[in-house]
Amino acid sequence: MTYPVPTPQDITGPALAGTTETMVLNMGPHHPSTHGVLRLVLELDGEVVVNVAPDVGFLHTGIEKTMESKTYQQAVVLTDRMDYLAPLSNNLSYALTVEKLLGVEIPERAQTIRVLMVELQRISSHLVWLGTHALDLAAMSVFLYAFREREQILDLFELVSGARLMTSYIRVGGLAYDLPADFLPTVDAFLKIMPGHVDEYEDLLTGNPLWLERTVGVGVIDAEAAIAYGLTGANLRATGVPYDVRKAIPYTGYETYDFAVPVGKKGDIYDRYRVRMAEMRQSISLCRQAWERLNEMPSGVYQTSDRKVAPPPKSEITHSMEALIHHFKLWTEGFKPPRGDAYVSIESPRGILGCYVVSDGSAKPWRVHFRSPSFISLQSLAHMGNGRLMADLVALIASLDPVLGEVDR
Amino acid sequence: MDNESVLGLIRECFPQAVLGTSEFRGDISITLRREDWDAVARLLRDDPALRYTFLENLCGVDYLGRTPRFEVVAHLVSMQHLHRICLKVGAPEEDPHVPTLALLFPTANYQERETWDLLGIVFDGHPSLTRILMPDDWVGHPQRKDHPLGDEEIAFTFNQERIYAQKPFARE
Repeated sequence: MTYPVPTPQDITGPALAGTTETMVLNMGPHHPSTHGVLRLVLELDGEVVVNVAPDVGFLHTGIEKTMESKTYQQAVVLTDRMDYLAPLSNNLSYALTVEKLLGVEIPERAQTIRVLMVELQRISSHLVWLGTHALDLAAMSVFLYAFREREQILDLFELVSGARLMTSYIRVGGLAYDLPADFLPTVDAFLKIMPGHVDEYEDLLTGNPLWLERTVGVGVIDAEAAIAYGLTGANLRATGVPYDVRKAIPYTGYETYDFAVPVGKKGDIYDRYRVRMAEMRQSISLCRQAWERLNEMPSGVYQTSDRKVAPPPKSEITHSMEALIHHFKLWTEGFKPPRGDAYVSIESPRGILGCYVVSDGSAKPWRVHFRSPSFISLQSLAHMGNGRLMADLVALIASLDPVLGEVDR
Repeated sequence: MDNESVLGLIRECFPQAVLGTSEFRGDISITLRREDWDAVARLLRDDPALRYTFLENLCGVDYLGRTPRFEVVAHLVSMQHLHRICLKVGAPEEDPHVPTLALLFPTANYQERETWDLLGIVFDGHPSLTRILMPDDWVGHPQRKDHPLGDEEIAFTFNQERIYAQKPFARE
């Protein structure tokens, strides 16, 4: 079995030489259904896709390179800008990796808040996916419903971090701030209404004959090919492989939570849709579990007590010389992890988000690399899309759920 | 599955392959000889007891000032054993070549293209090693540590003549 990964030159080359009968069409970089600035070079025979090659890099901003000239704390804000639909997941993967380099322990309350925030993030990211996916297949109303609830989640993020999108809330050593007093009741209200809303989306789509016609049996990939192409997250689980980093190599205390890993069977677009919808329900349950734990915990602790990593509270600075020194050292020099490299991967809404950080012993990372799931999953487009109609390709891209900010970094 | 048994199996099948191992925070990384890079990956992928079929991550690092200067890092995952290992291979500055893994793991295709694009490490045998993130006509490999950052040198009295001589001022 061969797994082709064509480049744009593979398609444009023969076309320019005039040796083919097929037509070459550019789709993008500015095309609403490519979910960002993704350019697809299509080789078409009528309306059937003979070959498709993604051309990426239009959003390349050199985030990994820029991080090398920032201190470890400053680099956190750059992670927000990769996968702009799931900034908290990006923050978490980076924070976990640097914490592994430092070898610091994060208090349980901070970990529970992290789980709560990341799972809320997963719901909000899946809502954008659902809305835009349905919109691409001309189901306009789902978009309106999905963004209504996403707005509520963004309001929650604004409550804790002051920002709706670029939160930078999860920091190395814990969190940026403690939860505000009205946060937990607001989350409670949201978690009460959300399961009903997921039912609502499912009512609109799951049995809808138009939806089924566009998604069932389209964009099929089997488990072996999915692993070979490096598909992760819901795209992999839709093929029946129950691989979830939260279960396989747990982080942030996921092993203490009770949740299921939904899997599909056929690996088509419809299965990916079902898996993501089931994941939203699991995330609601995870949020509820984290919420219950937070309700019982005494408030106040939100970062590590290691003063070499996390700044002391403002109240201490006014009367403790030690605290003032720590504060000053931390914001002028930063902290210095020992020499070494660490890799941590987490389950972001889009799949496995890995972060590899090399430390040379200074306050700035020597190298940061992100294994971004969207970048890697785009390789499989030709495998799934060749031989299908061009309209199926639109559905296929939406079902892979790529975020181009993360593809290009 | 644990780190030691994987290492033992590699040593058994390729006695010369392992150049060194390092452990940091419980994670082991195995540095391999360049010639055995793809053969060891094939062993790890195909051995029925291991089945490291999933290449999770592949990237390069530029250790400027160290020999070998470049290093390629790969993280392989066994979904059966729920275990991840880290393989490394060095490549010297004057000969930055590493055998490709893209034929064993198609997912390495884009990741190797990215590594070549940004760091200039050549993956021998890669089906299409072209630029992926940078524009096609870009010169150089921007993530190398010695790649100029593009900032402007500030003119002081001691160096202004030299700097102004290079600047394209409008002249009569």
